[in-house]
Amino acid sequence: MQISTSWRSFRMAAWLGWMIESNWTDPFLFAVYSIIKPLSGAAILVIMYGVITKGNYDSNLFPYIYLGNAFYIYVAAVMTGVSWAVVDDREHYKTLKYMYIAPIYIPIYLLGRGIARFITGSIAVFITLAAGILFLNVNVQLAEVNWILFIVSLILGILMLAMLGLLLAGVTLITARHEGFLGEATAGALYIFSGAVFPLSVLPDWLRPIGYWMPTTYWLELMRRSLIGNVANAYPTLASLGNLQILGILLGLSILFGTLSIFVFRICDRIARERGMIDMTTNY
Amino acid sequence: MSKTLAIETQDLGRIYKLRGSKKEMRKELIALQGVNLTVERGELFGLLGPNGAGKTTLIKILTTLLSPTSGWARVAGADIQREPHLARPRINMVSGGESSGYGLLTVRENLWMFSQFYGVPSNEANERIEALLEMVGMKDRIHTKSSDLSTGLRQKMNIIRGFLTDPEVLFLDEPTLGLDVGASRDVRKFIIEWLKADKERTLLLTTHYMVEADELCDRVAIINKGRVLACDTPAALKQKLQKDALFVIDTSPLNGLTPQMVQDQVGVQKVTVTDIEGGARLQVSLVEDAALARVINLFTQKDVQVMNLTKREPTLEDVFVDLVGRSMAEEESHESS
Repeated sequence: MQISTSWRSFRMAAWLGWMIESNWTDPFLFAVYSIIKPLSGAAILVIMYGVITKGNYDSNLFPYIYLGNAFYIYVAAVMTGVSWAVVDDREHYKTLKYMYIAPIYIPIYLLGRGIARFITGSIAVFITLAAGILFLNVNVQLAEVNWILFIVSLILGILMLAMLGLLLAGVTLITARHEGFLGEATAGALYIFSGAVFPLSVLPDWLRPIGYWMPTTYWLELMRRSLIGNVANAYPTLASLGNLQILGILLGLSILFGTLSIFVFRICDRIARERGMIDMTTNY
Repeated sequence: MSKTLAIETQDLGRIYKLRGSKKEMRKELIALQGVNLTVERGELFGLLGPNGAGKTTLIKILTTLLSPTSGWARVAGADIQREPHLARPRINMVSGGESSGYGLLTVRENLWMFSQFYGVPSNEANERIEALLEMVGMKDRIHTKSSDLSTGLRQKMNIIRGFLTDPEVLFLDEPTLGLDVGASRDVRKFIIEWLKADKERTLLLTTHYMVEADELCDRVAIINKGRVLACDTPAALKQKLQKDALFVIDTSPLNGLTPQMVQDQVGVQKVTVTDIEGGARLQVSLVEDAALARVINLFTQKDVQVMNLTKREPTLEDVFVDLVGRSMAEEESHESS
């Protein structure tokens, strides 16, 4: 694989993704949407939590849920950002076939298309975190944040999510009609099994192994620990493991799922060419 | 493979497996069968056939979008299955009759982006974009969002996208489909000028417009039901029919006279009938002019009046009729029924 071709594929895909993501409406509406959407999502959770706990926002459970939910924005944004490019290009813009005959690397192109969603996702995560710290007493002390753990975990997590997106993109490539829902369905399922808003110990015994195999579980735990270590540590799911152990597991699972993603994408790509699905349109 | 060949196929075939309901057996659709073609560098080669003949399937295979189920093909010197990465920088493709492109981007942005995927330096790409837009009369739309373009202009933008990367081999799949007469003429003129500018450029064009194939192509392959039935220059293909005399006869209603009755007359080679206002139009191919008398005599017996009678030169449509037994329009309606 030539580095120049890979870089070209990635750079132009990122540019295209950003142009699509940022130009669908006028800049003011885009800015309002970028603020309102994450805050609305967080507000629903906060209100539900308040009703159920009768306003017990001082409990350790609240920052656990709030931070898990905030960082979960990345899961949906990055993962579906990569896979949605297949649907968008193939069905909506009818350009996927032209991308496929161009001298680019399609997996790199798809990863590049996810960049725009990563940027808008980052804005949403930042706004959600800021709102939590400023107005909801989520106790993140900037001086106490483990920045190294935060940055390393964030980068590794984003790469892991992008690779999961590639796996999803492969499946999307060979799926007709309902491929648009694949990303949402997967993100929804992962929400339950990643300990985003409740510890895995809440799940029935037979469902817990799924959560333990998901790299997102360890990633969300690391994001929480890096910001408010002692609080997040209090929950039983991964309490027995140290930060480095969890980081090691996350790295191992990321490599495993990353390799699997490349393998699955290649198979799906071959099947799509064999079945003539590269330029298939079923929805628009 | 000879160095002068831009495209070469050997026994190329494609079978689609169609999914039926669970109770139904899986059906197979033969889209291409035993296609053997060679296209020289610098040639404008036409694939002529009705809708569903296999033209687009062949282009998809040659552009690496679709795997063949049998045979092999080389494009611009590269095996399209084993070395698709070598073929892709040297080819491009445009499909007509579709409004592909990123509507949120301007014409310039759309074109520039695709040029970047091919590694064209940015300045050079911008110069080419302006020159090509000028050639097709779209320069004033360079900053227009492509979603604001008419269907015809969007199609022109797509055609430019294909030419922009200066491919060695360009595939145009029904490029004038859906365009008005003026725009089609512009596109045809542009194609000829582009080829003239560099003798190494090769263009494979699919069309079901006979006149387009006749006017543009150095050689034409007539394709139907996935098979190449004939391949030669338009002149040579028509020359093969020159031995027959072709007459177009407009008549009153046929009063029970069937094409078969005309066909049964001695010296009648082939007959096709189409309805026209107030009667019928028969295209009759005769082995000798003298057979015309027998046909006219038959009309008289059946009380069918001859309104107009013209002798004409054979066209590619006649070649198709001669090969398939039906006109292209009849073949399309026969296949869809």
